[in-house]
This record gives sequence, C-alpha cells and structure tokens, in this order.
Amino acid sequence: MKAENVRPEDLEWVCRKCSRPLEVGPVVIEYMGSQFTTELPTCPGCGFVLISEALALGKMAEVEQILEDK
Amino acid sequence: MDQPELRALEHRCIQEEAPECTAACPIHVDGRAFVGHVARGEWPEAWKVLRKTMPFPGILGRICDAPCRQHCKRREAGDPIQIGDLERACVATPPPAARIQPLPRKGKTIAVIGSGLSGLTVAWDLARKGYSIRIFEPGSKLGGLLRRIPGRRLPEAALGEELERLTALDVAVHLNVDVEPPQFLEQCISENDAVFLGLETPLGRNWNISRDDAGWIIVDPMLQATRRTGVYAGGRPSMVGLSPVWQAAEGRWAATSIDRFLQKVSLTAGREKDGPYKTRLYTSLEGVDSLPGVAAADPESGYSLDEAIAEARRCLQCECLECVKVCAYLERFGAYPRKYAREIYNNESIVMGVHQANQLINSCSLCGLCERVCPEDFAVQDLCLQARRRMVRRGKMPPSAHEFALQDMRFSLSERFRLARHAPGRTDSARVFFPGCQLCASAPGQVRRVYAHLMESLSGGVGLMLGCCGAPAFWAGREDEFRQVGEGLLKEWRVLGQPELILACSTCLRMFSEHLPQVPTVSLWEALDATNLPPAAAAGTVLAIHDPCTTRPIPAVQEAARRIVKRLGVSAQELILSRDKTECCGFGGLMQNANPDLSREVAARRAGISPLDYLTYCAMCRDRLAAVGKRALHLLELAFPDAADPDPAARKGPGWSERQENRARLRASLAEEFWGERAGAMQEEYERIRLIIAPEVAELLEKRRILVQDVQRVIHAAEKSGSVVIHPQTGRLKASHRPYRASIWVEYSPSPEGYVIHTAYSHRIEVLGGPRA
Repeated sequence: MKAENVRPEDLEWVCRKCSRPLEVGPVVIEYMGSQFTTELPTCPGCGFVLISEALALGKMAEVEQILEDK
Repeated sequence: MDQPELRALEHRCIQEEAPECTAACPIHVDGRAFVGHVARGEWPEAWKVLRKTMPFPGILGRICDAPCRQHCKRREAGDPIQIGDLERACVATPPPAARIQPLPRKGKTIAVIGSGLSGLTVAWDLARKGYSIRIFEPGSKLGGLLRRIPGRRLPEAALGEELERLTALDVAVHLNVDVEPPQFLEQCISENDAVFLGLETPLGRNWNISRDDAGWIIVDPMLQATRRTGVYAGGRPSMVGLSPVWQAAEGRWAATSIDRFLQKVSLTAGREKDGPYKTRLYTSLEGVDSLPGVAAADPESGYSLDEAIAEARRCLQCECLECVKVCAYLERFGAYPRKYAREIYNNESIVMGVHQANQLINSCSLCGLCERVCPEDFAVQDLCLQARRRMVRRGKMPPSAHEFALQDMRFSLSERFRLARHAPGRTDSARVFFPGCQLCASAPGQVRRVYAHLMESLSGGVGLMLGCCGAPAFWAGREDEFRQVGEGLLKEWRVLGQPELILACSTCLRMFSEHLPQVPTVSLWEALDATNLPPAAAAGTVLAIHDPCTTRPIPAVQEAARRIVKRLGVSAQELILSRDKTECCGFGGLMQNANPDLSREVAARRAGISPLDYLTYCAMCRDRLAAVGKRALHLLELAFPDAADPDPAARKGPGWSERQENRARLRASLAEEFWGERAGAMQEEYERIRLIIAPEVAELLEKRRILVQDVQRVIHAAEKSGSVVIHPQTGRLKASHRPYRASIWVEYSPSPEGYVIHTAYSHRIEVLGGPRA
C-alpha cells in the first residue's frame, strides 16, 4: 500500500485531541505475522492513524486476503 | 496428510473410474468419449478416440464384435448403445490426418509369424515403440484371415489403407513363406530378439513347442507367453469364438510382454487391468427414462450419420457425482472429492505461494450428506475438518474464516449469557434443560415457555443451563478451545449433580453425545413427547418438515419431532432429501461465516424444494431459511405460540447484534423471574451509550457483521480517550477500536438523543503506528 491509497478527502479530517489536520506519514501495519510500512493519514501530534472506508473495504481487504492465503 | 493417506482417499472416490463399456472392452476403447463425440456429430474427434487405443480402426472399427454391449448401463433403461455400429458409421467418414511418430529405433528385431489381426497388432504396437518388425505370412497377401471377410463388411481399400500405415513403419513383409518346417521356427528364434506366433490359423505342426492334448500351442492367457523363452502367441479363435477385438487384444498383450521381456522388467507388474475387468464406477439411473435403440433404415449398410447421432444421444455418459448432485458446496468448486483431496493435500504441502484451497476447506458445512450418498462412503466433511485442525495447529487458519462466529460463541460462554441453576426452590435436578445459544438468540420467548412447561410436566426437578456446546470451535478446527468448552460444561453438570440434559438443539445433542458421552442426554422433542402438550393453535395446517442436518444419524429425534407435529394436529409433508438424507441449511460447519454467498445459495436451494411453509426444529435452520425469504416455523413456535405474533412463519430471524442482546436479555429475565436476581446488573458501561441507527445503516452493519455492541464500544473508547478525528465541514467524528482481532471504525455525530451512526466498517490488519527507530 502506497501513498496513492490516501485520497485528498482523507486529509480533511482534523485530530480533535491535537487540533491538527492529518498528514500523510509512514505507518507500520501487521497481519498474519507480516509487517509492512506504508503511507497513511496520520496526526503529526499524537500519531492517530486514519483508515478510510474505501481503503478498509478495498485495498486493505485485498491485502488481508493475500496474506491469509500466503 | 501424507501421500499414502492421499492415495487411499483418491482411491475411494470413484468418479474417475472407467465406464462399463471401457472396462468391458478387451483393449479399453474409451467408449464414453467416443459415443459422446458421435452424439455431437464430431466425427474427426470420434475417429481420434478410436485411434488412441484401437489398432487399425479402419479394420477393427468395421468388424468389432463389441462385447461392451452386454455391459452398457443403458441396457438397464432400454437397449444397450450399439457401439459397434457407431464405430462402423464413424470409420466410414473420412479419417482425419494423423502423423505416426515412432520412438527411436531400439536395434532389436521381432519376428511375427502370420498376419491376422493379432500379428498385425503386435507389429503395429512394437513398430511404434522402435522395434524392427519382420512379418512372415504364409499366404500371398498381408492380412491372413482378414482377407476372407466379405468386401461389403471390410472393403479391400479400407484394409489396404490401414496396412499401408503399418508398412510405412519399420516393418519388413515376407509373403508366401513356408513357415511349417521345424527349422523355420528355430531360425526365427535365433535371428530375432523375440517371436510372435499368430494363431488365427493352425501353424507349424512340427515345431518344437509345447502343445496341449488337443494339439494347440500352450499359451499363458493374458501374458501370451508360450513355453519357449522369447516366443509369444495369440489370436487363437477357439478361445472365445471368433472375436476380432479379442484377437487384437491378445496381440496387444503379447506386444506388452515382448517389450517387457526385452527390457528385462517384470512381465506381470501393474497389468491387472489389461483385459476386461469390473469397474467400480457407479452410475445412478434415477430419473432416466427407458429408450429403445435406434434401428438402421438399411440394416445392410448400417447406420446413416444421422441415425448414428440419434443412437449416440441415448448414451448416459456414465459418471458417479452422487455427492455433487446433492451438494451445492461440492458443485461450487467445480470438481469432485477425488480432486478436492488432491487440492487439499497440495494446499498443505506448499511452503511458499498461495494456499488456494483455504476457501474450499472452510466452506464445507461438515454435514456429511456426501458420505451418506457415496457408494464408497467418501466423507468430505472429515477431510475438511481434519484440514482445518491442521491449519489451526500450524497457525495457518485465516482469521476471517471463523473469527466472527467464535466471538459470538465466546459471548455465549461469558457471564452475560451463561447460567446453571436447579429449578427454583430446589437443590437437586433429575434433569436440566439446555436450550443452546441459537434458540435463545432466535426465540427467547419460546425458551421461557418451554422451560416453564418442562418444570411443570416433569418430576424430579428441571434445572436450567444456558451456554454453548462449543460447536463453533469444533467446526473451526480449534480442538483446544473446544476441549475447554467441554470441560466447563462438565464442571457445571457435576455441580448440578450429573443430571440428564434435555437438549433443544440437535447440534448440541451431537456434540454432547459424541464428545461428552458421560453426560446422559435426551432431545427436547423426545422429552416433550412424554408430556401433555398445550392445545394446538395451528391445527389443520399443512407444512413441509425440514430435518436439521445434525439429526441425520439420529432417527429417534426425527420421529419424536414428527409425533409432536402430529399431536399438534399439523400435517407434515416430507421433502425430497429428508430424514437420513436431509440437507444442511447453510449454517453448519460455519459455512455461513466462511462463505456467506454459498451459504445463501444452499439455503435458497433448500427453500425452493416445496412451496409449503417449512417446519423445522433447529433455530438456525429456521432463521437461515427465513433469511432467504422462506416462510419457516420452529416447532416451538407451533407448540408454544406467541399470542402477540399472529404469523410467526413470516418472522425474519434477528440480526447478529440482536441475537446477542436476546441471549443476554433472556438470561437476565429468567434469572429475575425464576431466581429473583436483579436484572441489568451485568450491563457493561458501554452498553448505556445510546445510538441512533437508520434502517439502511443497520442493514450495512449486519452485512459487515459489525455488532451494535461493537459500535458502542468504539464510541465509548473514543469519548473516554479523546482519540477521534473530526471533519470541520460536516462536524462528523470518526474513531476506531480493536475489541478483538479486528479494528472497527465508526463515523458518527453526537446529538441530544444519542449518537447518530453514519457508517461503520472493519479491517483485520493491525495498525502499529509510526515506524520504530
């Protein structure tokens, strides 16, 4: 998963705790014992990571399936 | 699974066994494929099938005596297929071009004495294998006795064409040879690597070779060896009368023996199926109408092409597929158990790469109907369950396959639902009612009523146990978790004084009787049948009875259910595939969890058998059928109707969230009503969060298997931690929480009445955060 998975509207969200808009940043994700670093909308203050609905149901579900069958 | 286990499994599935015609044919022509091509008018393809096994189809195809006819399955529903006549029609069409590519020359020569069908077959088979052939024919033309067949049956041109194909190979033909002197045979033996004697006509009276009392050369049947080393023989007409295909077969077996003799390998190994044998293939004739054979308008010239096609269309194209016919799951994956066993074996054997059979393994309902209908008792359910267990042990089970159902099971095993009590006011129980998790989820009102009825009707005290039998863990292949569930149940049962359990769910009944055999059990239906039933409200109606698949091996339960139905004045019609052949509703084996689409198809297929309302005695069957739009009733809805619900058959089953709520609420209300415990004491803090969910959002949650309780947890956690993002334009909030091995996201807006839910979704990948240094 690369930065193209982040859509402009994903960065319209603002972290309520830090009052800072989300920015694209590196994030480590893990599934079935495999770890990857990818670019996702992140709060530069507290590190909150947003997974959008489109990403969760699209690319992420695909990657889950691939890792489950690996 | 290891190789021998795989092979034993593959052997058990008979789908790939030869059809009767092929097995009965001495040279095993693929009659089914041949007739199939003829039926479609594919003459060149039909020719090719003959060529694949038949030496000289242009000859044998015209004179074959077709012993296959007596074995053709069609004879049990009309006349057998006239394969011999179809061969004649086929070889009268122009032969497709075919190139013969003999193997490299071996530098060995074979003498063939006599050029009848057996000798020609030896020459044909061995020449293509790279042997040099020398044919010695006493007559003036190649073909021996074949020359005496009338021309209208075997035209000289047809014979000539085939012989030309033979002589184009490394075959030397010597005609008008005096083969009779004893030294001729001796010379053949010394100058060649092996010798074949064609016995269509008597040969070499003075040769030095062992003969029987009647003067025939002694030949081992099938191996075709004479008593002299390196000398083989065949084609003797008196063995089975004048059978051309048998003569060709003897030539073929002799050729095999000669090849093996010269290669110095076993003459006998692996030749069990050289001649006609009995096939294990099973072909059902159910639904097959009897059809007479097609007669040729002109018997003298045989079938016209159209007549041949009509005759070939009667072919049953024998195959088994008994299990596939009754199972949408087996059908869905496009093959049959033999292939599935191989796919599952391969799935386990790969180290790197894609496990393509995961879905195959996890989609089976484990109902066992395949084993019930299989002529060889192939149990796909055992294959799949064992594969699941091995996947769990190796940590290779995809969490998506079963996690949701397991979470639901864990809820049912938690204090929110679990309960074990003696009847109110008693300190002992002769019996304990165990309604199971899904009945409590689907019809809590009936559970309360039937429990009250049992307490009133049965002596010795009827206690109550709420919980789960652990079937989801069993189906998911989680042996450890299943064992733990069993231990917990045993503990409660002992505390209650080891009473007999009355089980409403046939899955529970199977789990207890097969895995906790020390617990005495009885089905609710047998228990109820021994009581006075309330007066029937639905008397006079006609319903179709659907037996839950887990009752298949327990007819006593099916009979008890029917007796109750009868006592209620309802007439029950039997569905096709009922009782010991009943079908799964699509929930069993967690199919519903691992493959929701297939599960719906299975339920819809079952629902479509009869237009009547269905009556069943499993809560999950009832709800699965209702989910595909079928009007369905649970037997308890019939026996203990809810006065407030005039049409219970129209009721859709509750959604996933509601199922858990129903269980928790039932537990709380029963605890309050019967044991005086204060209700609501066990509510979690997050459950007080009020949600506003529009119907279309509720539907979305249901489809995505996100529980209302999970949505509450997300908001609860977010509001507590403040970890939430806000959309400045819409004011909507978004947060996530990971209550188990899935992260759940909720988009919501606070309002004075509660939180308005806009959407929710989940993913299993875990977000660990920024990269570690």
